[in-house]
Amino acid sequence: MFLNIYQEMTFIDYYKILGIEKNATAVDIKNAYRKLARKFHPDLHPNDADAKKNFQQINEANEVLSNTEKRKKYDKYGKDWQNADKFEYANQSNEQSSGFREQEYSGARSGGDFSDFFESMFGGSANTDRSRSVKFRGEDYNAKIQLNLSDVYITRKQTLTINGKNIRITIPAGIENGQTIKIPGHGGTGINGGPNGDLFITFSIANHEEFKRLGNDLFVQKEVELYTAVLGGEITIDTLSGKVKLKVSPETQNESKVKLKRRGFPVYKMDGQFGDLYVTYKVKIPTNLTEKQKDLFTELSKL
Amino acid sequence: MEPTLIDELIPVKEFCVYHNIEMSFLNLLQKNGLIEISTIDSKHFVEKEQLPQLEKYVRFYYELDINLEGIETINFLLQKIEKQQTEIVKLKNNLRFYDVFA
Repeated sequence: MFLNIYQEMTFIDYYKILGIEKNATAVDIKNAYRKLARKFHPDLHPNDADAKKNFQQINEANEVLSNTEKRKKYDKYGKDWQNADKFEYANQSNEQSSGFREQEYSGARSGGDFSDFFESMFGGSANTDRSRSVKFRGEDYNAKIQLNLSDVYITRKQTLTINGKNIRITIPAGIENGQTIKIPGHGGTGINGGPNGDLFITFSIANHEEFKRLGNDLFVQKEVELYTAVLGGEITIDTLSGKVKLKVSPETQNESKVKLKRRGFPVYKMDGQFGDLYVTYKVKIPTNLTEKQKDLFTELSKL
Repeated sequence: MEPTLIDELIPVKEFCVYHNIEMSFLNLLQKNGLIEISTIDSKHFVEKEQLPQLEKYVRFYYELDINLEGIETINFLLQKIEKQQTEIVKLKNNLRFYDVFA
């Protein structure tokens, strides 16, 4: 609901956002704000971008309506409120030239009681006394990093550019797809000396074409020649940490599995601990048999 | 309990001045087991690690007008949500494994 009001219209109906009437009293505004803030406060909705946006709108609405001067201007100019500053300036000039400058407008352009709201929405630049005295924590940032499975097999460092700032982070081996890590203090700058927000990074780990991951275990399929499966032998398989030689027992069945201990994925933040690697044998039936091979198979089948 | 480095401690008094709050609020949080306050040479400190959580409680109490019982309940539910979100990520990954491997 809030999102649509905010995105589709240049004019924002703050009364509608707070769900109050235009003649709402200061107490009504405070109560409405508190009620909605309790519902949408980002602290109550971790990692919920929609709730965060809603809260920003509620905050903005409260910022304007709870301030007598801002509310007065907002009510006065309505949909033209963006140009209020220009209107006021024009008014001021007219009144000055005609010699009827009213007290109401004096200092309107320098007082800045209107501009801190503009600052958040249109890049204006001023603060009210209220905002000067209150410390706000900076905004939390959310980022998404896409990596391959092999990228998170070892702990690595990566430099990210967040809002023009370079941040070097350590990505611990074994991080899960969808996992979010918090980098404290690397979010938005705090306002009026308030603490900085945090940076939340969510990892999206692409599937590997060969290895499948389930928790800390890895799964791989390996083709085995029919003769090796029947008579036994040795094969070499690729793991994420290099090649491994494996003995195949005689009479190995198709789809049979072997477990290679500690050859799986590193356990997140548990140095030196690994999951297991499961190898599923896919017995390969020979094709394009020669006449001699066919004869020998026939002979075998008759034994 | 592991000893804490002095650099990792924040004086309670400083925290209260910075946030313009009463010390009694922190005492209440401690009394209800929501934070831990260490005392060294008669001075009270909170561990840096507790800071985000503590600031959250301050916002709940002073900005949202939520009382201590409410904070306790919210804290419990948020921990539960966090646990469930982790579980959802794990289950989604398991599902992805079977989707691809099937």
